[in-house]
Amino acid sequence: MAKYIVKRLIISVLTILVLCTVVFFAIKFIPGDPFSGPEYTEQMRQQLHELYGYDKPVWQQYLSYMGNLLHGDLGISVYYRGRAVVDIIAGAFPQSLDLGLRALITATVVGIGLGILAALNRKKPLDYISIIIAIIGISIPSFVVASLLQYVLAIVFPIFPVARYTSFAHTILPTIALALPTIARFSRFMRTSMLEVIDSDFVKTARSKGLKKRQIIFSHEVRNSLLPLLSILGPTTASLLMGSFVVESIFAIPGLGNYFVESINTQDYSLIMGLTIFYGVFLVTINFVIDILYGVVDPRIRLGGNKNG
Amino acid sequence: MADLTKLELYEHVGADQAEAEHISRPQLSYAKDVARRFFSNKVAMFSVVVLAILVIMAIVGPMVCQYNYQSTDVGAVSQKLAEGGREALGPDSEHWFGIDTLGRDLWARVWVGTRYSLIIGFVAAVVQAIIGILVGCVSGYFGGMVDVIIMRAVDILDSIPYLIYVIIIMMIFGSGLFPIMAALTLTGWLSMARMVRSQILTLKNEDYVLAARNLDTKPIRIMLKHLIPNCMGIIIVSLSMAIPNAIFSEAYLSFLGIGLSAPLTSLGQLISTGIQEMQNYPYQLIIPSIVISLLMLSLQLIGDGLRDAVDPKLRK
Amino acid sequence: MEELLQVKNLSISFHTYNGEVQAVRNTSFDLHRKEVLAIVGESGSGKSVTMQSVLKLTPCVFKSGQIIFEGKDITNYNDKQMQNIRGSQIGIIFQDAMTSLNPTMKIGKQITESILRHQKVSKAEAKTKALELLTQVGINNPEKRYHQYIHNLSGGMRQRVMIAIALACKPKLLIADEPTTALDVTIQAQIMDLLAKLKEEVGCSIVLITHDLGVVAANADRIAVMYAGKLVESGTSDQIFYHPAHPYTRGLLESIPRLDASHNTKLTYIGGTPPDALNPSPGCAFSARCKYAMRICRQQAPEDREVEPGHTCACFLMDDEAKATREKMGWEVKL
Repeated sequence: MAKYIVKRLIISVLTILVLCTVVFFAIKFIPGDPFSGPEYTEQMRQQLHELYGYDKPVWQQYLSYMGNLLHGDLGISVYYRGRAVVDIIAGAFPQSLDLGLRALITATVVGIGLGILAALNRKKPLDYISIIIAIIGISIPSFVVASLLQYVLAIVFPIFPVARYTSFAHTILPTIALALPTIARFSRFMRTSMLEVIDSDFVKTARSKGLKKRQIIFSHEVRNSLLPLLSILGPTTASLLMGSFVVESIFAIPGLGNYFVESINTQDYSLIMGLTIFYGVFLVTINFVIDILYGVVDPRIRLGGNKNG
Repeated sequence: MADLTKLELYEHVGADQAEAEHISRPQLSYAKDVARRFFSNKVAMFSVVVLAILVIMAIVGPMVCQYNYQSTDVGAVSQKLAEGGREALGPDSEHWFGIDTLGRDLWARVWVGTRYSLIIGFVAAVVQAIIGILVGCVSGYFGGMVDVIIMRAVDILDSIPYLIYVIIIMMIFGSGLFPIMAALTLTGWLSMARMVRSQILTLKNEDYVLAARNLDTKPIRIMLKHLIPNCMGIIIVSLSMAIPNAIFSEAYLSFLGIGLSAPLTSLGQLISTGIQEMQNYPYQLIIPSIVISLLMLSLQLIGDGLRDAVDPKLRK
Repeated sequence: MEELLQVKNLSISFHTYNGEVQAVRNTSFDLHRKEVLAIVGESGSGKSVTMQSVLKLTPCVFKSGQIIFEGKDITNYNDKQMQNIRGSQIGIIFQDAMTSLNPTMKIGKQITESILRHQKVSKAEAKTKALELLTQVGINNPEKRYHQYIHNLSGGMRQRVMIAIALACKPKLLIADEPTTALDVTIQAQIMDLLAKLKEEVGCSIVLITHDLGVVAANADRIAVMYAGKLVESGTSDQIFYHPAHPYTRGLLESIPRLDASHNTKLTYIGGTPPDALNPSPGCAFSARCKYAMRICRQQAPEDREVEPGHTCACFLMDDEAKATREKMGWEVKL
């Protein structure tokens, strides 16, 4: 187990290192100068370049950026003049985390529940309903869902507030919009996984013991079909993150996603770089935790066997 | 039976070789079997019809209407607004899907947008697949250090949502048709490579591959003759999933404002504009939303149908 | 001796994409108390389906017939009623213990689950019982194994756990569905010996489902041979082994490789393949592969005929007419 953790840890750190390097140089390749507008004089531009370190050779900028990174310093925003990128992230992260967690919890409860119910009612109406929800959630882009929800439930029928993120009522539409693709993903995955378990030999054994139906469902079927779900938690976090860009900007929620979209449009390179690295570290950490969790939960991995064995 | 005597009834006839070896169900080749299963899937066939209609509309839609998708007519807009208010811009007998605030015909724009979405989806998916197959083959077939390095790289790239890379690449190249396809292909081959690799890993220990190796067949020939044909099933399935993914990614980028740039248009871009105009001109959001939803749904369902047809075990 | 289990004229079908498959056709047999009955047949002959349908473990359609267990007709029992019989009255061992045991549940829990379901005991008592069971099935260090998962065990050990689960509540009937097929030959004998020993200790009857006549020879009191969903011959072990009546049984016995045969003897086999269960022919299912087949075999399905007390065989060759014809035609059949 210790060996397994150390191995995962090394891979994670390596991933973050490569990511930072790639992102740094990629952004340095972006043509154009954020201070090229007519409002800057030549002198101002030089001063700004000195302030942001753009006058030094690229490799020196890289080294100092990486050095600062170790201290948790992501530089200063270009667009929000004078504000540290770290401060912007620290200010916006709570909203994004709040929305993300709400969506994740909703998706977990609804998605897994729907998947289980569908599998237990195979080829019955409930099953077809869950398949339809899953297909719609997977194929209709989140920004379409978000904007249609906003149009129908906030503008045509003003049941919910249109935008912002200040009360519980404000959180409902963004949460649904963000959760829908994940509900779809979870219910689909859970249904398949559950059906596989229901047809498995060990469930037949459990039935041959005379166990009650409820007992079989909970202690054998659901338990065993939840395990593989861990493997899609990583991609799910990533997709929630991408979804948050859209949902936050449609509902004007001052979260990280909103800043990210804005920084693309305002060419705020240091904010883009900072946010990308922040996302990267965040996701790599999540994946690391999931890997460890997998090791704890699945006895087969804990002993160093392979997942399929 | 009555005309047979007891003696005849009990006459020895012996084993019937033909009957004993008879196999009553016709044997189908793998490809035929897959095709049969796919064509008998009603949902998938319906999706094929929907997709076909969308493709036809994307080709002929803009031609059957007299308006060009990029010519603006601000005069008409102000005239209509003055005469009939905001509603007047909506769908009518002249402009079947209405016009936008710059006076451009939405019918033409939606179908041109569909056309670009489809082109981007297909081209990006096919190029991704080719890169993925190449990398997966090399990695799986040669194994060892090559495999370790390639797969580590894939792991590292894969730990960040590929759209973030796409966004950064788009910022380097600038927006446009070619940059977007380049960005999507540069990042989208990971899952195909991984899938082909794992398939090759199991295939390469098959006896017929070992036999080919012992006959000193060149690796490239083994790959083309033995390995890739046997991966075709999963390749087609994952290709069919890659198309809607690419269309989705393009729409997403357009929504963020870094997809196709005017005068070109795509469904994503139309929706993005539609969202801004939603309060006053809801049809500008709803029409392209319906088209992209139909497009994504039919592609997704065709992909599902193909997956079930290739591997009936997955059918539940 | 009273019968523990009676199966009368059982017919079972499955519905598949291609149509209705008649897996079991008009099969009858009895099982006495403390008896080992072996059901022998090749794969797809319906032997597993027959026994799993007794427990109603497979989703299938009962076309006709009756299943009587301990004098009670359980044919139309629903799932709830069956739950009280499964595990407590009838235990079952499956072929592949690797897939038949839950990979994420501790071995101990998988055994106590059954005990707690059917007996009014505390958790601690259930644990003691489970540990006893583990010792009984020959697992050493049961305390340690109790807390392990199946992937920690070898194939033979897993099958022993499977047996412990099946016998946890001392059932009256144990169904052993190919219990040794997935095991090494050396382990097979150990498991069969264990089953014989436990049978005495628990006092249960065993239905042994197998395709391996070698396993049957030493262990079964009676043997029933199935072919294409039908019982073609049944009798005591001696009757079947020394006086097989049905051509299929004879074919099976002849195809056992013999160690004492000279080295250039060719292996014997039954030519052809079993018939398609989707559209069975009206005649005897084996007739197409039977070298003794007569015209009547292609037209009618034979009923059971008594060869001698306790030994029945469904074959027209037993008929007097067949003998008469044979004599007339001068056709030799070694019977």
